[in-house]
Amino acid sequence: MSRFVYADNAATTKLSANAFEAMKPYLTEYYGNPSSLYHIGVETRKAVDNARADVAKALNASKPNEIYFTSGGSESDNWAIKGAAELGAKKGRKHIISSKFEHHAVLHTLEYLEKHGYEVTLLEVHEDGLVRPEELEAAIREDTALVTIMFANNEIGTIQPIKELAAIAHKHGVLFHTDAVQAVGTVPVDIQDLGVDLLSLSSHKFHGPKGVGALYIKKGIRLPALIHGGAQERGIRAGTENIAGVVGMAAALKESTEHIPERNPRLEKIRDKLIDGLLTIDRSRINGDRKSRLPGNINMCFQGIEGESLLLMLDMQGVEASSGSACTSGSLDPSHVLLSIGLPHEIAHGSLRLTFSDDNTEEDVDYILEVLPPIIERLRSMSPLWEKIIKENNENI
Amino acid sequence: MAYSEKVMDHFANPRNVGEMPDADGIGEVGNPKCGDIMKMYIKVKDDTITDVSFKTFGCGAAIATSSMATELVKGKSITDALTLTNKAVMEALDGLPPVKVHCSVLAEQAIKAALSDYYKRQGIDPEPIVGTIPECEECSFEEG
Ligand SMILES: Cc1ncc(COP(=O)(O)O)c(C=O)c1O
Repeated sequence: MSRFVYADNAATTKLSANAFEAMKPYLTEYYGNPSSLYHIGVETRKAVDNARADVAKALNASKPNEIYFTSGGSESDNWAIKGAAELGAKKGRKHIISSKFEHHAVLHTLEYLEKHGYEVTLLEVHEDGLVRPEELEAAIREDTALVTIMFANNEIGTIQPIKELAAIAHKHGVLFHTDAVQAVGTVPVDIQDLGVDLLSLSSHKFHGPKGVGALYIKKGIRLPALIHGGAQERGIRAGTENIAGVVGMAAALKESTEHIPERNPRLEKIRDKLIDGLLTIDRSRINGDRKSRLPGNINMCFQGIEGESLLLMLDMQGVEASSGSACTSGSLDPSHVLLSIGLPHEIAHGSLRLTFSDDNTEEDVDYILEVLPPIIERLRSMSPLWEKIIKENNENI
Repeated sequence: MAYSEKVMDHFANPRNVGEMPDADGIGEVGNPKCGDIMKMYIKVKDDTITDVSFKTFGCGAAIATSSMATELVKGKSITDALTLTNKAVMEALDGLPPVKVHCSVLAEQAIKAALSDYYKRQGIDPEPIVGTIPECEECSFEEG
C-alpha cells in the first residue's frame, strides 16, 4: 500500500493550522503600520508586542524586549556573529571559536570575518557529533571575542552541552551565541537556565511561517545593528515589521513548545524503531550519538550506494527525505557535517536523513522499513562499488 | 530536482543493467570519492557492438546517462560508437541540469574505456584510436 510520508522536517515544516488562523487578520483587515498612531496601527503594534512576549515566555527569556524579530535563522546568525565580532574588535579581540559542523549561515559568516582580519578556531566534533567542553576551554585565548556553537545539528541532530559550554565561555569573559534553529520548538530551550548571551531561532522549523525568526540578545549587550534604517526593534533592526509572520511564529512556538512533553517520547520511540530496523541492513551505520540527539532525527549511511538516487527512489514511493551526498549538496564534496565526524567521502555519499515532526506516526516508520530495504538492495545490485566492497569483503562500516 | 521525464524514465527503468560475464571489453571510470563510478561491458562481433551493459554507483543522472549511453551504442559499429559524445547523451535525455553535465561526460568516457579495453585484449594499442581518457575530469582533490 502506498503512502505519503514527509520526513524532511529539518529542512522545513508544514505551517500549523493554528498559526495560520492567528496570521489571517494581519494579512487582511489589520494592515496598519505598527509605527502609526491610528487605530489599525495600534492593533498591529499590540500584535507585535504580544508575539514578542509569547516568544520570550516560550524560551523563558527574562524580558520580552530581549527578543528581536528578524527574517529568519540566517539573518539572526549573521547579526549575532558580525555584531559580537564588532564588539570584540573595539576591545582588541578578534578571535572567534566555533565548531566544524555549524550551518553555513554560521560558517560562511565566519569565513567572511576571516577575510576581514578575524581569526577563527573551529572545534572538532568527534565521531559522535559532539564538541568536548575541555577542548573549548583550551581554545579560548586572551583575544577571544565570541564562542558560537550550535544547539542541535541540522543533519545528524546531535545536541551539544550548551549550558556547560556557555559557562566555560563566561568563565573567561567571552560572549556565547548558539544557533538554536533546530532546537527551538523541538526540545526544551530555557534561555535563563542555559545562560547564553545570544540565541538564533527560525519560525519555519517549528511549523511557523517561512522568512521570519528572532535573535535573543541578553539585556545589557549592546549589539550593533546589521540592518540600518528606521527605529523598529529598539533601533537596531530596521524595517516595517512582518506582523503576520511574527504572530504566526509566536503561535507556532507556543503550540510546539506545549506539545514537547507528549510529543518527544513518542517521536523518540518511533525514531529508535526506525534506526534499529535500518541497522539490520548489511553495511549500514547511524551517524551521530544516539542519545544526545533530536527526537525526530535519523541519519544513516548505506555503503555502496549514492544518496541522491536513494532519495529519488524513495520519492517514487512517496517518502520525502534528504541526503548529504555531493549530488544533493550541489557541490563536489559530500556534506561538511558528515566529513566532520570522520566519514570518508565514499561513505558520506550514501547518507540518508529522515526527520520527523508531530505529524509522523509509527505507520510511517513501518512503511519506510518496508520500502527502503528493497531500494537499497536494488541500487546495490547495480553498483560497481558495492561489487568491490563485497569482493574485498571490507569490514562493516 | 529538475530532471526531464526522459532522465527519470531511464533512472527508474534503466536499460541494459547488469554484469556481463563474457564481455569482450570492460571499462570503468569515475571514483568513489566523487560519488560516481560507471562500469560498461561490451560484446563485439565483426566490429559491431552486439551487446552492452552497465553498472553504476551514482546519482540519478549518473544512472540515466549510463543507461542512455548503452542504448546509443548498442548495435552500432565500433567506429560509430567512438563518435559518441556527452552532448549526444544529454540531448537524447532532453537535457540535464548544469551541475549534472559531468555525468554525461563520464558516460561517454565509460564507453570509450570499454572500447580501449577491447582493443587491448585484441593486442592493439587503443591510444591512437580512442585517445586518452582523463583521470576524473571534474574532481581534482587535495588529499588530506
Ligand atoms: C541550524 C540552522 N541554522 C540556520 C538555518 C537557516 O535558517 P533560515 O532558513 O531561517 O534562514 C537553518 C535552516 O536551514 C538551520 O538548520
